[in-house]
Amino acid sequence: MENSLDPAPPLLEVRGISKSFGAVRALQEVDFTLRAGEIHALLGENGAGKSTLIKVVTGVFPRDAGVVRLGGEEVAPRSAKAALQAGIATVYQEVNLLPNLSVAQNLFLDRQPMRFGIVREGEMRRRANALLTEFGLDIDVAAPLGNYSVAIQHVTAIARAVDLSARVLILDEPTASLDRHEVEILFGIMRQLARRGIGIVFVSHFLDQVYEISDRITVLRNGRLVGERETASLPRLELIRMMLGRELAETTSARAAASEPKAREICASFENYGKAGYVAPFNLELRHGEVVGLAGLLGSGRTETARLVFGAERADGGQARVEGTSVRLQSPRDGVRHGFGYCPEERKTDGIVAELTVRENIVLALQAKRGLHRPLSRREQDELAARYVKMLDIRPPDPERPVGLLSGGNQQKVLLARWLATAPRLLVLDEPTRGIDVGAHAEIIRLIRELCDDGLALLVISSELDEIVTYSDRVIVLRDRAHVEELAGEAIDVTNILAAIAADGAAMQEARA
Amino acid sequence: MKGLPPVLITAIVLVAGFAACAVQFPNIASTRVVGNLLTDNAFLGIVATGMTFVIISGGIDLSVGSVIGFTTVFVALAIERWGIPPLVAFVAVLALSAAFGAAMGAIIHVFDLPPFIVTLAGMFLARGASFLLSTESVPITAPVYSTVSDFALRMPGGGRLTAIAIIMLAIVIGGVLLLRLTRFGANVYALGGGRATASLMGVAVGKMTVKIYMLSSLLAGLAGIVFSFYTSAGYSLSAVGVELDSIAAVVIGGTLLTGGQGSVIGTFLGVLIQGMIQTYINFDGTLSSWWTKIATGVLLFAFIALQQGLVALARRPAAKRAGAVS
Ligand SMILES: Nc1ncnc2c1ncn2[C@@H]1O[C@H](COP(=O)(O)OP(=O)(O)OP(=O)(O)O)[C@@H](O)[C@H]1O
Ligand SMILES: [Mg+2]
Repeated sequence: MENSLDPAPPLLEVRGISKSFGAVRALQEVDFTLRAGEIHALLGENGAGKSTLIKVVTGVFPRDAGVVRLGGEEVAPRSAKAALQAGIATVYQEVNLLPNLSVAQNLFLDRQPMRFGIVREGEMRRRANALLTEFGLDIDVAAPLGNYSVAIQHVTAIARAVDLSARVLILDEPTASLDRHEVEILFGIMRQLARRGIGIVFVSHFLDQVYEISDRITVLRNGRLVGERETASLPRLELIRMMLGRELAETTSARAAASEPKAREICASFENYGKAGYVAPFNLELRHGEVVGLAGLLGSGRTETARLVFGAERADGGQARVEGTSVRLQSPRDGVRHGFGYCPEERKTDGIVAELTVRENIVLALQAKRGLHRPLSRREQDELAARYVKMLDIRPPDPERPVGLLSGGNQQKVLLARWLATAPRLLVLDEPTRGIDVGAHAEIIRLIRELCDDGLALLVISSELDEIVTYSDRVIVLRDRAHVEELAGEAIDVTNILAAIAADGAAMQEARA
Repeated sequence: MKGLPPVLITAIVLVAGFAACAVQFPNIASTRVVGNLLTDNAFLGIVATGMTFVIISGGIDLSVGSVIGFTTVFVALAIERWGIPPLVAFVAVLALSAAFGAAMGAIIHVFDLPPFIVTLAGMFLARGASFLLSTESVPITAPVYSTVSDFALRMPGGGRLTAIAIIMLAIVIGGVLLLRLTRFGANVYALGGGRATASLMGVAVGKMTVKIYMLSSLLAGLAGIVFSFYTSAGYSLSAVGVELDSIAAVVIGGTLLTGGQGSVIGTFLGVLIQGMIQTYINFDGTLSSWWTKIATGVLLFAFIALQQGLVALARRPAAKRAGAVS
């Protein structure tokens, strides 16, 4: 591969691809080269055009100009099906699976094992089980996919694509809802496939992962190619500069010491709060001006805790208090009424209303809180929208654009804005930085701190331990659906959190700087 | 724990209803009545089977009633006026309806139009075409018709399983197998789960759409032939509103009107429930037959409410997550 005189054509060659959506020029003369057996990271800020490039190459969107060559031969797939048949398997960013079908049907849709024109259900389930076992999943494959968590659905989508990938495997932010363990498994499989000569395109905003897994990197910015480099010889700061087109203000320093735990008032407290079979009863105090981080593996009860706190799930025991008075949190509406906001993990699929504009999406929760008889005037709406578009750097900065037409990361920013606009007293953020690019990532962490300095209470779930350490005043560690440890002050560091998560020390080697 | 699947509820309603009828009119519980019920509703069972595929795929087909009407007129004229042998006429009309359905499917896909609108247009078109052919009822006297009408399997208890009832049962069984066991069937559910997603997963959405509407129209054509056997006539006003009866049967049978879930067997039970209500009214003798519609309406409401309830339950993430941790 190092041999530049290698006469064999690259596996996938993209030349001069352009694509516009109306006036938006999503791609302009982009080149991209994928060699057999390499893992190639495709990077760029939110809205840079990564997903669009993938969709153009796989025929989901028609292209305006350019050629695509697969193994030296020009191809022009006109649908995802045609791309699959040509040997290009893709997991698109919006996880593409059907919740109403069984897990097995999802894995083998349109390629079920057949005999005499009849689907061999038993054989299909057997193969489905075998396939998922490779990913460390042991689930009932006959059950509808929709019964399972987002993470499991995501793993299923990846397993399907891996199984389908004949020559090229494209993964658009595959790790966005996976925990470390699942990421390790995925990387193991990717390396295995690469050794077999399959070319893999990997999109991610996790630079650690990019450096861990990729051989080469292609960077896009504003729909243009910035450059292609060997991962090993590209310093991280240089990479970030390529992506942003500017230096990133250093923000990852530890939380300012100004956060001495002086008598902060309690915003909400939960005593013996829990639900059988969901989360074991816990005690939790959330104070104004304080960030509490929830750490733990996927399925450890983090999201479950958040849902109980917000009222999205009813507790079956315990006492909740808001500003000292006891309250009942029976539904999300109760949560909103008491001034809570909740930005859920599945925001990409559940939260946004794709047909509504950015402005309409932003004012949604605030309007609901005020009630229908007190409509926000158009001017107020415009002001709010303009403020948050600027604050979160939502791109393109057009409040009147339907949210469905924004890139994945920008859609998430819109959701965050929706809850910020309600000026809550307590904000629960489930994985707030997932799918958000480095630039905006730093912005959001800065924002979390600012909000907190303004007296907001924050409960933040994150799988990024470095990140949790950066902004949390206290960290609660969960394991097996129970709160097992609370760390505060000096005790908050990645090693301690990992130790608490693992308890038996098994996951210690995962400690990465 | 999540309650019964909708199709079981339909079955329970049917059995309970039938038992209640039988208590009041013991004669109802005879193979004779059941045989008649199957014969009377043969055409409905056939179209509703096709409609099930359409609705599960997330569509709707409003044209089926008109296609039945057109078929009866076409067949009657072909045999009686144009001197075409009945079998040839049948093949021709089936080909014609299949092409009609395929065209609607193609238009829905290519122009990305709502199926409601396209098949509504199809409904007017087919009905209009049958009026063009003839506005009066054309009796069919061909010998095949009497042969087929006279044919019946004797059931124990004196009931008659007629040829058209047998055709209907065969179609229902075929429909069950097609939907449950084949790749085509899985793709129908996939489309109902989300067209864009199915397409990203490599399902040939366009071809599937064409095939599904083709199947629906083809079965409507077959239902038209069966209807012409049933009435021994062709009339352009026949089967008005049958599209709605069949949608009702599909929904009562537990198929989600928004697509993605359902079954042919449920639809069959839905047809039987409508037939049972009709039979009850016939036995009673004093009720207007329009009570059938009212009872169907009430049942529809009940089922839609029920489904919404079930859907809401299924959407509750708590239930989702509880069982979903690896
Ligand atoms: N279907 C569409 N219609 C109109 N504009 C679109 C459409 N899809 C994407 N765009 C626009 O094209 C640009 C590139 O979007 P794309 O989704 O490719 O970004 P991305 O690099 O994948 O970002 P992210 O990291 O946030 O997923 C954005 O400005 C987006 O608003
Ligand atoms: Mg993207």
